[in-house]
Amino acid sequence: MKSILLLTASLLLVTQMASAAPLDDYRAQAKATDPSFSDFSAEKGKAFFLENHTGGKPETPSCTSCHTKDAKAVGQTRAGKAIEPMALSVSPTRYSDKDKLEKWFRRNCNSVLGRECSALEKGNFITFMQTQ
Amino acid sequence: MTSLKMILTGAAIIASTSLAFADERYSPIKDETVLKECGACHMAFQPQMLPKRSWGKIMTTLSDHFGEDASLDDKTTQQITNYLVENAADSGWYSGKMMRGVHDDWTPMRITELPYWIREHKKEVPERAWNDPKVKSKANCTACHRYAKSGNYDDD
Repeated sequence: MKSILLLTASLLLVTQMASAAPLDDYRAQAKATDPSFSDFSAEKGKAFFLENHTGGKPETPSCTSCHTKDAKAVGQTRAGKAIEPMALSVSPTRYSDKDKLEKWFRRNCNSVLGRECSALEKGNFITFMQTQ
Repeated sequence: MTSLKMILTGAAIIASTSLAFADERYSPIKDETVLKECGACHMAFQPQMLPKRSWGKIMTTLSDHFGEDASLDDKTTQQITNYLVENAADSGWYSGKMMRGVHDDWTPMRITELPYWIREHKKEVPERAWNDPKVKSKANCTACHRYAKSGNYDDD
């Protein structure tokens, strides 16, 4: 029994470490850009997620254009395909693969904001999704 | 009936039967990268539905893909382009009905603007069906064609 518990605990730890890694990278980048940076804010991530941005493509003014305003809800692409929820509680593996994260931030920030997102914006976004 | 007539009649029956039962079939996509990357935002459309020049143009304009940035790294882009071009509507000896009315000087960017696609859907799909939120887009083949991913569009 003990060994099972230990195994489960270590598995959980490994999973958490894996999902924490990209966020740590963004934290280091944010700190390098701004020495006064202390930590990411779920509050700011939420505002960023809900905001109507300018500068991007007219079809997608906001993250919510496809992901809906509820991070726990299933979204829909413009082509009608379902998008798994953004909330970490519903999609636990969403923020663990750095390459995948970078690909989608690159594409979607460009579509919605017309530019790349900063490490600060990415970190705030993920931090908000971790609370959801 | 002469034997020639019999053979011709037989051939005609076989041809019409096979058309009736397997009218709208396309080879399913076998490349995992194509399935994963093209299928991330919409169903991965079978390459037989557009000519080579269309796939070439689509794959070189991914950063503005029908109003979205769908860009990929160079290696993945090249791999997907190769598969789409090798299996395009005009890659074999017979171009098929998707190429009907597609003149050489036209590079269609959407399957839904091909004369054949338009004709097939105009007959059977009322305007309100396109406006259904579950359908949302003409790119959403699977909303009505349940087996579209496997290349089977017979269920209409």
